[in-house]
Amino acid sequence: MVVVQQGDFDVGQQYRRLCEQAGEAGAVVFFVGRVRGQGADGVVRALELEHYPGLCERQLQSLIDETRRRWACQAVRVIHRVGRLAAGEQIVFVAVATGHRAEAFQAAHFLIDQLKTRAPFWKKEHGPDGARWLDAGANDARAAGRWYADAVVL
Amino acid sequence: MIRVRFFARLREALDCDYLDVDAGARVSPPLSVATLRGRLTRQYPHWAGHLDGRLLCAVNQHMACSDTPLADGDEVAFFPPVTGG
Repeated sequence: MVVVQQGDFDVGQQYRRLCEQAGEAGAVVFFVGRVRGQGADGVVRALELEHYPGLCERQLQSLIDETRRRWACQAVRVIHRVGRLAAGEQIVFVAVATGHRAEAFQAAHFLIDQLKTRAPFWKKEHGPDGARWLDAGANDARAAGRWYADAVVL
Repeated sequence: MIRVRFFARLREALDCDYLDVDAGARVSPPLSVATLRGRLTRQYPHWAGHLDGRLLCAVNQHMACSDTPLADGDEVAFFPPVTGG
């Protein structure tokens, strides 16, 4: 399930909804990404998150489909916020329920790595000295690429 | 017409959310993502530096590449590498 929304999400409520879909799955792993208060260039007051509606939901669903082809997931849930978010606020929720913990950790890790490099979201960082668009990081590309054995990782 | 949309840093650099490009049957040769990009930079020379090779592209909300063909009614989007999560 994919949701892109402006409002915040309640992790407890999302966990319960995941469990309702997950039956008696033995393992749940979830990841929450938050707005870091410290960026590469200093203090971050807020992030502005832009997305491409339509393509964004489609890409996220296709990442979930790919995750399900790799690991037997009983339930998968992705929530991503857009708009202006203050430092410390939640940005993204990725949750996976599987039979055992190893694949739950792997599937959740795969999903957030792919989301960061393949879903059309863009962050603009607001600090004391103004705002700037963030550049896509080489580390994120490496993290996403390592899941593909034949990938050329530069 | 083809609707061309721009996002994030690119949208601000071009000061343009979207524009419509004529793509009727009389347009020759047929448009692709690459030829559309060429046409935009001929029409708006100051965009050339922004519409460079690192951009990503989608056609009708599917990821696309330079040689993806275009037809009347398509939606094309150009955007920088993504930074979500």
